[in-house]
Amino acid sequence: MTQWERFLDTFFNAAVLAKYTPAILQGVWVTVWLSVLIVLAGIGLGVALAVIRSFGWRLASFAIVVFADVMRAVPPLVLILIVFFGLPNAGIFLSSFFVLFVVLALVLAAFAEEIVWAGITSVDKGQWEAARSTGLGFGQSLAFVVLPQALRMGIPPLTNRAIAITKMTALGTVIGVPDILNQATTAQSFSGNASPLMLAAVVYVALFLPLVILSRWLENRFAWRKA
Amino acid sequence: MTADVEAAQATPSLEVRGLHKSFGTVEVLKGVDLTVAHREMVFVLGPSGSGKSTMLRCCNRLEEPDSGLILLEGDPVTGKGVNLNAIRQRIGMVFQAFNLYPHLNARKNVTLALRKVRGMSRDEADARAMEALTRVGLADKSENHPSELSGGQQQRVAIARALALEPQVMLFDEPTSALDPELVGDVLAVMREVKAAGMTMLVVSHEMKFAREAADRVIFMDQGRIVEQGPPERIFGAPEHDRTRAFLSRVTGD
Ligand SMILES: Nc1ncnc2c1ncn2[C@@H]1O[C@H](COP(=O)(O)OP(=O)(O)OP(=O)(O)O)[C@@H](O)[C@H]1O
Ligand SMILES: [Mg+2]
Repeated sequence: MTQWERFLDTFFNAAVLAKYTPAILQGVWVTVWLSVLIVLAGIGLGVALAVIRSFGWRLASFAIVVFADVMRAVPPLVLILIVFFGLPNAGIFLSSFFVLFVVLALVLAAFAEEIVWAGITSVDKGQWEAARSTGLGFGQSLAFVVLPQALRMGIPPLTNRAIAITKMTALGTVIGVPDILNQATTAQSFSGNASPLMLAAVVYVALFLPLVILSRWLENRFAWRKA
Repeated sequence: MTADVEAAQATPSLEVRGLHKSFGTVEVLKGVDLTVAHREMVFVLGPSGSGKSTMLRCCNRLEEPDSGLILLEGDPVTGKGVNLNAIRQRIGMVFQAFNLYPHLNARKNVTLALRKVRGMSRDEADARAMEALTRVGLADKSENHPSELSGGQQQRVAIARALALEPQVMLFDEPTSALDPELVGDVLAVMREVKAAGMTMLVVSHEMKFAREAADRVIFMDQGRIVEQGPPERIFGAPEHDRTRAFLSRVTGD
């Protein structure tokens, strides 16, 4: 075997690929499912927290700021390990899938809250005044005038953050979530061949490249405010 | 004329009594008294920082007065228990910076309050919006977003947005100050039409020529007080106070 053949055999072994592709596709299903749930729950919760914060209740705002700062400061892997290995000691048993979902959704919510909050505060004060002067209440002004503009400004950073967080579903591997990476590493250790990992990388590119391109497009599309 | 109508006309449209307002330790309004009659157009002049905007913004409580009384058609605007959102629909406001909603087209800028505050159906609100946009000469721009409109067009949409709620008084805070000179005329023409249609208007503006020909009364404010007021011919022709004279000679440049 030449060096080149050995390289091909290690990373692109057709027999190994054929054998483990079904398992990795199952992992794709798990990763996609998790990602969708995390994005919906994370962004939904983040927007809700930003809205609550805009009402200016001291205690609620303080709690939200603490939550957002802590969740953004701690590495998600640490949170995952604490919840997954810590809670059983307290008598609470959660599935690895659920732990990964909750932790990443909360982390995304923390970032989303900050992004949406920054958007809300950067909307010109005149927008509030115009809305209020026509008789719209605070909540209506927020819902129909300020929040739509804040979300629009937030779309590019929210998309970027959602992509970053969903990629972290790969961390589920360490607690046994059968996601793409987990299936691939299992296959790699069984086969003693790195081809499944290559396949996983290709699948990640196929999943996330369109999203990265979408986020770039959104960034251009929503640059209108600066005009 | 019935007794009711006569009584209504005896009540001023807008009445401000003993209005005080401070920002921190700076007293910006030091007791302002003002009445605006029905269908009257009152112009407010005064140097920068004299409290004109603050006075106007107190009238719909975008700024909260420290003390004083404000009445709209005899109904209290100030005080506890006032339904602020209800009273604000009766007071239209036009801002220097237009403040159109950038995410909504011209028609939806106008319909938002009609739908959400008045509870009109979509069709009803659209019809009302088109009526208002037609009045300001922008029926053909109803589907354009603010970013696609000139400053003058944006301000006319903002006027339509206020008009559509059929307010009893309209407040204008330097409606043409942010406009290129060649666009000012269109906005003033709309204001003239609104006045001709019988609107009560309180206008802060530095458009002296317009004030001279269109205002029923001119008020000169300085340092948080009304210094003098009267018909435009008198204020411009024979001002009584030195401060008024000094201000007018500064702005008109004679
Ligand atoms: N929100 C605020 N906080 C603190 N000070 C304020 C605020 N709004 C206005 N002021 C101050 O109150 C004074 C009166 O301001 P106001 O805007 O009413 O003046 P104006 O007559 O409208 O002036 P201009 O012609 O420049 O618009 C100014 O000294 C201003 O700096
Ligand atoms: Mg002003």
